[in-house]
Amino acid sequence: MLDVRIASKQFSSSEGAELSVLKDLGFGCADRSFTCIVGPSGCGKTTTLRCILGLDTDYNGNITVGNESAESKIAAVFQEPRLLPWRTVEQNVRLALKQTDEVMLDSLFAELGLSEHRDFYPAELSLGLARRVSLARAFAVDPTVLILDEPFVSLDDDTAARLRKLLIKVWAGRACTALMVTHNLTEAIELADRILFFSVSPSQVQHEYDIPVPREERSDAVINSIRADIQADIQDFVAGTP
Amino acid sequence: MASAIHTEFQSGDLVRHMLATLGRVVAAFIVAMAVGSAVGIALGRSRKFNALFDPWVILFLNIPALVIIVLSYIWFGLNEAAAIGAVALNKIPNVIVTVREGAKSLEPQFSEMARVFQFSRWQTLRHVVLPQLQPYFAAATRSGVSLIWKIVLVVELLGRSNGVGFQIHLHFQLFDVATILAYTLVFVAVMLLVEYLLLQPLEKHARRWRANHA
Repeated sequence: MLDVRIASKQFSSSEGAELSVLKDLGFGCADRSFTCIVGPSGCGKTTTLRCILGLDTDYNGNITVGNESAESKIAAVFQEPRLLPWRTVEQNVRLALKQTDEVMLDSLFAELGLSEHRDFYPAELSLGLARRVSLARAFAVDPTVLILDEPFVSLDDDTAARLRKLLIKVWAGRACTALMVTHNLTEAIELADRILFFSVSPSQVQHEYDIPVPREERSDAVINSIRADIQADIQDFVAGTP
Repeated sequence: MASAIHTEFQSGDLVRHMLATLGRVVAAFIVAMAVGSAVGIALGRSRKFNALFDPWVILFLNIPALVIIVLSYIWFGLNEAAAIGAVALNKIPNVIVTVREGAKSLEPQFSEMARVFQFSRWQTLRHVVLPQLQPYFAAATRSGVSLIWKIVLVVELLGRSNGVGFQIHLHFQLFDVATILAYTLVFVAVMLLVEYLLLQPLEKHARRWRANHA
């Protein structure tokens, strides 16, 4: 599980001005749940993820990743694939691993449709393929918590839709808690168990929405009706999101 | 001149002196690249170090090669270590400045990725940092080899009893222009071979990941 309590998070500009990004932000994610964060741009969603990943430690509050009993691993899929351009697809994935389970790796590559691309360099891949490699790397470490920061942005609709299906398929086969930031409400409805709506900064969770329909029953029609439901619920808030 | 090359080659002098010089070039190059890279990375990564050592880098960048060579011979004696050390010291500030530029412009995105996926220090250095510095190493190598071999000749002229520099000095005293040119020409040929048979293939290998497909 994942528990985030951030009392405050500020950025200071070089001029000395303080900008409050997060204030009294608190939420938890149950084991093996899929949570999406939606909110206006610049509201501190990515900052929240960076705090969880330990890339930004300059905040007041507490973040707990995983259970105390078991060792917890965290992995990330960044907005840009962030693959090392001088290493092949396979080397990029292996570098993230402490010890390598060859069978797992083979099946993961196969699942993500990357078996033929293992020896390619990232510059030889399309963005969609590079994003898949980035997913492969994250899942390969067998994480307890998986953080995704708009992993499907700037892809064409078909590719994005295919990748969403892939993500859910791979994720469902693993015991992993996912937390994803997205701008795209439809995408959030398709993927998540629960959607958190962030307020404008200084952000906090303004609204929570549990999606009542099981994931496999979410057809386009169902998604549209959920979307209408949410928009009626918090009309002013979602007005700006596509 | 061809006959001068032939005579020197026949006597075995050419090969002997050439090897002596090449050995010094290689040794000085390795020392300069190793020390310069380590210091360059440290200065590029830490503002505090940089503020502390920057005046020294500028100082050494500007001291004439001759001063370093002469002082080195006076303080450490007319020996091989002093000779190679003096040459390396002339090159080190150059390497530092080039590699420091590279270390300053490391991509934070990759460092963050390495942190999230818990790369070891060694893995981060080898797979994340050094590949980003490769173009800077290549630049330092290019300018390095040429600078070093020029300075090695001066060092040999001043305080060694073999090597191309020593031979040129000897034949200068005899006003034997043909032999001087003979040594110069052969050495330039050797350096061209190093460039085309060693440096360029190495660089091509290091750049193999850059997409060259359609």
